[in-house]
Amino acid sequence: MELLLIVILVLMIGGAIFSLEARDLLSAVIAYGIVGFGLVICFLLLQAPDLALVQIVVETITLIIMIAVILNSTREEKEHGKGKRSVVFVIFAFVFIGLFLYFFNRTTSTLSVFGEHMMRMSKAYIQPGAEGTGSANLVTGVIFDYRGYDTLGEATILFTAVIGVLTVLRLRGRKEQGK
Amino acid sequence: MKGMTIIVKKVTEIICGVIFLYGIYIIVHGHLTPGGGFAGGTIIAGSFILLVLAFGSEFLALKKEETGSSILESSAILIFIVIAALGMLMGGVGIFFVNFLPKGTIGQLISAGVIPLFNIAVGMEVAAALLTIFLALLIYRDEVLK
Repeated sequence: MELLLIVILVLMIGGAIFSLEARDLLSAVIAYGIVGFGLVICFLLLQAPDLALVQIVVETITLIIMIAVILNSTREEKEHGKGKRSVVFVIFAFVFIGLFLYFFNRTTSTLSVFGEHMMRMSKAYIQPGAEGTGSANLVTGVIFDYRGYDTLGEATILFTAVIGVLTVLRLRGRKEQGK
Repeated sequence: MKGMTIIVKKVTEIICGVIFLYGIYIIVHGHLTPGGGFAGGTIIAGSFILLVLAFGSEFLALKKEETGSSILESSAILIFIVIAALGMLMGGVGIFFVNFLPKGTIGQLISAGVIPLFNIAVGMEVAAALLTIFLALLIYRDEVLK
């Protein structure tokens, strides 16, 4: 199974790189779909049906919306030449990669050994989980009972996103209604 | 946006209600089987998006639809907070998100106290939010092209 996962992950990386490099926006979005649907297969192989279900429907809807937007915009990428600044960008990228690796090494040295997790919190969820929440699906029990504030935050983020989209896009319609 | 061919319209007529019912099933059985508010809400939004894509933007009164989904989205998050606050009033311990309803038997449809209610509220929120974003993009494009 690990071999299959590695093959799918390599395919996803290839899709991501292609969607960055593609000339046409539509083929870039379709290549981006490889990443999302590959992730669905990964979740299913790792036995996470809740995540796989959410991922496959959200991926489909966002792909539809992005294609519907792109079909009516300028699809061809505009040419922009490489200046001398690209050398500076590459240098900065390597500097930040070095800094990131240094601090990553420093922070992870204090954590517990790889593969041995801190199980204090998880045990409190797993053992009395079904009796405590009354939910047969333990994932839903954790989402809506133990981690209720997380779900409230997610719903608020979605609400704010919709308000932002409506503010940007529907300005003209509201003005014309007011007249 | 124009509608699609007669084949797509007929298939959409047959399949759209089934998709909608499947979304409701995923939401209502969220505490028993994989799924829940987020997945089911997205499926419900998908059934509406399929209708709009197949029949074109003239078939449905998009602006009326958008007002409705916007109101539904705002009221869904209000319901979510009200249920959470009811736990504070009726739970006896005075904490947010207390499961104040009787738990029932594990594995039955009506069980787990307030968790199904939270699921339904989140499902309404997600479905209305995704539909509102899609309709806002569509209406914006129709207005700009005019």
